[in-house]
Amino acid sequence: MEHRAQGALERTNAGRIECRAVRKSYQDAAEGTEVVALDGLDLHIEPREFLTLLGPSGCGKSTLLNIIAGFEKPDGGAVFLDGRPITRPGPDRGVVFQDYALFPWLNVQQNIEYGLREKGLATAEIKETTRRFVSMVGLTGFERRYPHELSGGMRQRVALSRVLAINSQILLMDEPFAAVDAQTRVILQEELQRIWMQTQKTVVFVTHSVDEAIYLSDRVTVMTARPGTVKAIVPIDLPHPRDATSDSFNQYRREITQLIATESRKVFAPASVVTESDVTAPLP
Amino acid sequence: MAHGDAITGEAAPAQSNRRRLPVRLRPGKLGWKRNLRRFLVPVALLVLWQASASLNLYDPTFLPAPSTVLEALWQWMFGQRTAFAWYSGTWFEYVYLSTSRVMIGFAIAAVIGVTLGILIGWNELVADLFDPVVQWLRPIPMTAWIPFATFIFGIREGAAISLIAMGAFYPIVVNCTTGAEQTPKNLVRAALMLGTSPRKILIRVVLPAALPFIFTGLRLGVGIGWVLVIVVEMLAVKGGIGYAMWTAYQFVRIDLIIAAMFTIGVLGLVTDRLLLLISRRLLRWNTGLRAR
Repeated sequence: MEHRAQGALERTNAGRIECRAVRKSYQDAAEGTEVVALDGLDLHIEPREFLTLLGPSGCGKSTLLNIIAGFEKPDGGAVFLDGRPITRPGPDRGVVFQDYALFPWLNVQQNIEYGLREKGLATAEIKETTRRFVSMVGLTGFERRYPHELSGGMRQRVALSRVLAINSQILLMDEPFAAVDAQTRVILQEELQRIWMQTQKTVVFVTHSVDEAIYLSDRVTVMTARPGTVKAIVPIDLPHPRDATSDSFNQYRREITQLIATESRKVFAPASVVTESDVTAPLP
Repeated sequence: MAHGDAITGEAAPAQSNRRRLPVRLRPGKLGWKRNLRRFLVPVALLVLWQASASLNLYDPTFLPAPSTVLEALWQWMFGQRTAFAWYSGTWFEYVYLSTSRVMIGFAIAAVIGVTLGILIGWNELVADLFDPVVQWLRPIPMTAWIPFATFIFGIREGAAISLIAMGAFYPIVVNCTTGAEQTPKNLVRAALMLGTSPRKILIRVVLPAALPFIFTGLRLGVGIGWVLVIVVEMLAVKGGIGYAMWTAYQFVRIDLIIAAMFTIGVLGLVTDRLLLLISRRLLRWNTGLRAR
């Protein structure tokens, strides 16, 4: 029922993200060399799409997400949201962090209210919206608890409803369920799917898990080992809710696992085997 | 809740399991017996002291009995004020003098120390401008400032209060700097993402995140304030507990010295407990090691 109120917004074609030739490098403090995290990455994300970024460790998935969020600036190229370049973080792009990043000095209610207060809404509207999203993620009765009094799964629900409450068209999620136990993870995945279908947001989701990617996404973006670019984009053409034990699911699993394995081997290959094309030489 | 249950509830379904927990982790079931136990050693020591003095086991001129100290304290508090008895009836006035010196100095230190400390920890420009000054002046012991301050201010309130303020300032500023520096990066990012303007991050995120450190600094600061008020009153101003203590020393009144020590101890304890009470109220969200 909740999504009806936002219907007008959802039917617009807002929420298109375009990454054009995005390049990002870091200075490795210990080695004194330049590490290229992303090298000329192009990626287009459609409005209302659920897109997953999948790849070997250190391939720059989180870096890309941080650039889209506006937390980091690319060294080259740019990211556009509905045609406008992204320069800084803002409430048009809600972020869910792996470590939740809840304000520990605020209770559940206050954490969810935070973004609404920053918007300067009237108190009655803040209370009503908060109540709605508290119940949407099943936290009714826990409003007065502080983050340290909640389990990991519940903390992530608070973090999710905090960004749902500010109603950003984009949802950026950085391995959001990596730190919760397997059972809770399944429940949270189902809830996220339900919420995504209700609210019609554009979701960019970073994960290590092939199953999670296939279960949730419209398209799975497999990234190359560092320096990260797009290796392949696999559209998942299965109806929701998806059955992780079905044959078609398994085919996707095989295909994507194969793609990642090739890239992971480059990361863990012994130094003698690594060729020039695998590693960028440090710049002078 | 979840953490607490993990230690006490879930792990201890049976009585036998409870015994294996270290004493400090067991739930407090002893009640009044526990309180009684806590007073046992202090009371025993007092009784021993009184008994050995009364039985002349040592020469009480060097260490007067608790009863003598109490008598002196009583006289100091409620005795007639005369021109000759320098201490009689001055206790309340001296307590007021010392406390107000500590409180004024501490208030100045708290306002400047918290503001500057948070800014040094958060803003690179402020850090570059002010941190070196703080770090270079800090190794000079506060007692080493006394001749200088007395020379500048004379034997007046200004000397006392500025020294107390300066002494309390250092632990406050250093702790607040650390507190601001350790603000988790993701909390700042989360606030920006939720629409907080970069200018307001300091108030919305850095200040609350630094609160546990701020209170540690304040508690250390007020403690140093009490240390310095005694030193300063012995050397640089008239009136106050330290002044009474120094005069008692010159008149060889050991009973009064002990009474003054006791007084200052109680005052220090009260201010520390007050700050602790306020911090527990404000920091209910901060589990620290207590709730683990």
